[in-house]
Amino acid sequence: MINESTLDALLRDFEAKRPRALARAISLSESGHGAALIRHLYARTGRAMTIGLTGPPGVGKSTLSSALVKKARSLHKSVGVISVDPSSPFSHGALLGDRIRLTEHFTDPDVFIRSMASRGHLGGLSGATADAVALMDAFGLDVVLIETVGVGQSEIEIAELAQTTLVALQPGSGDSIQVIKAGIMEIADIFVVNKADHPMANQLRREIRSMMEMLDFAGWVPELVTTQATTGEGIDALWDAIEKHTAYLNETGEIETRRREAFAHQVRQLAMGKLQKRLEHDLRVESPGGLDPYALADRILSRFGVHGEVEEDISTAAHPRASVKGLM
Amino acid sequence: MANRPLRIIVAKAGLDGHDRGAKVIARALRDAGMEVIYTGLFQTPEQIVQTAIQEDADGIGLSILSGAHMTLFPLVTEQLKAQGADDIVFFGGGTIPPDDTEALKKAGVREIFTPGAPLSEIIEFVQRECGKRREKVG
Repeated sequence: MINESTLDALLRDFEAKRPRALARAISLSESGHGAALIRHLYARTGRAMTIGLTGPPGVGKSTLSSALVKKARSLHKSVGVISVDPSSPFSHGALLGDRIRLTEHFTDPDVFIRSMASRGHLGGLSGATADAVALMDAFGLDVVLIETVGVGQSEIEIAELAQTTLVALQPGSGDSIQVIKAGIMEIADIFVVNKADHPMANQLRREIRSMMEMLDFAGWVPELVTTQATTGEGIDALWDAIEKHTAYLNETGEIETRRREAFAHQVRQLAMGKLQKRLEHDLRVESPGGLDPYALADRILSRFGVHGEVEEDISTAAHPRASVKGLM
Repeated sequence: MANRPLRIIVAKAGLDGHDRGAKVIARALRDAGMEVIYTGLFQTPEQIVQTAIQEDADGIGLSILSGAHMTLFPLVTEQLKAQGADDIVFFGGGTIPPDDTEALKKAGVREIFTPGAPLSEIIEFVQRECGKRREKVG
């Protein structure tokens, strides 16, 4: 816990827009002491445009981030960047290296960059990422760009947090079946084929197009943009697509749905985080004593008031964004 | 806030592309359980200090193998003071003669590690000094 006077001083500095206060606030959230801060600042959130950027390692996420920051700055928007890299499962240490691509923005007072380690969190973000977004939003940054760890196929948490999700794809990485698989291919509001100069770039574009042609979309139809982030090629088109998606969210009222989802996501994260800590503790102190895994799980769960089997309600979980043409 | 890993900036400044040492240190600190933020090459003192502030770093390790240490180290300490951030533990490494080391320590650099310094000694220094800072600042 942090004491009242520390909190008051921090909030005063935060109001005065001192970058150090924002930096400290994010650290507090990271160490599990974000509650009091968020309580004070939550009413001020909901202003920033939040953009998620995900994709496999090495696809150019940080370079795309840098290019997007430059674009946003040319439009006189202040920008926060949250860049998540993985923590070691063994030492819990991390090497956070995304800043290397963002150096040209280090001394711009209207750009605030924060590297975060995933700290064992598995969805492509860290447990405190949602807090960091809220804090940057409350701090008054116009755009918050969230870059996930380099992902594989199933880290889709970013779509629950950001208003607009960009999925960056790497030409020459797999065949046409990869693009119709479930997971991150389903969460894109905008597909970004980066490395436009790659010999396989056009083929990847064709595969995404043909995947989209076989689908009916429930609302927004994902945009497909080709970029070469190192030269800035395609970044204007990418920004236009982001603005188009933002306009779509606002016009259809879907922005409210997204906000509700983001809220639920954060509640889920907070609750799960606490439950998991309790669970880990119980697992350490419980001796299995010849019990099978189900029996021990039941014994631990009964302490949380959970008894017997819990049915998953699939009907409320399934609301696909797109389905094969001719199905409905 | 002991439940949060120490956060350390590993930086390269000026016209100096020799980053092998910085990478070894970054990896060693990572393996010691710290969160290491690597800035990349050719940074200015201002860029390094802004990074440390935004990242809420506990320490900055600056590697210089170009011979410009008597210029670049003091510029970083000045920047830290100017930003009110001189609670951040600032240390360095590189090809730095003993006389210069003494002068730099007087100028506010907490420790200088030269070629041959055992990694365990560097890790121990960072854990001790940055840990002290963490206790004070929270």
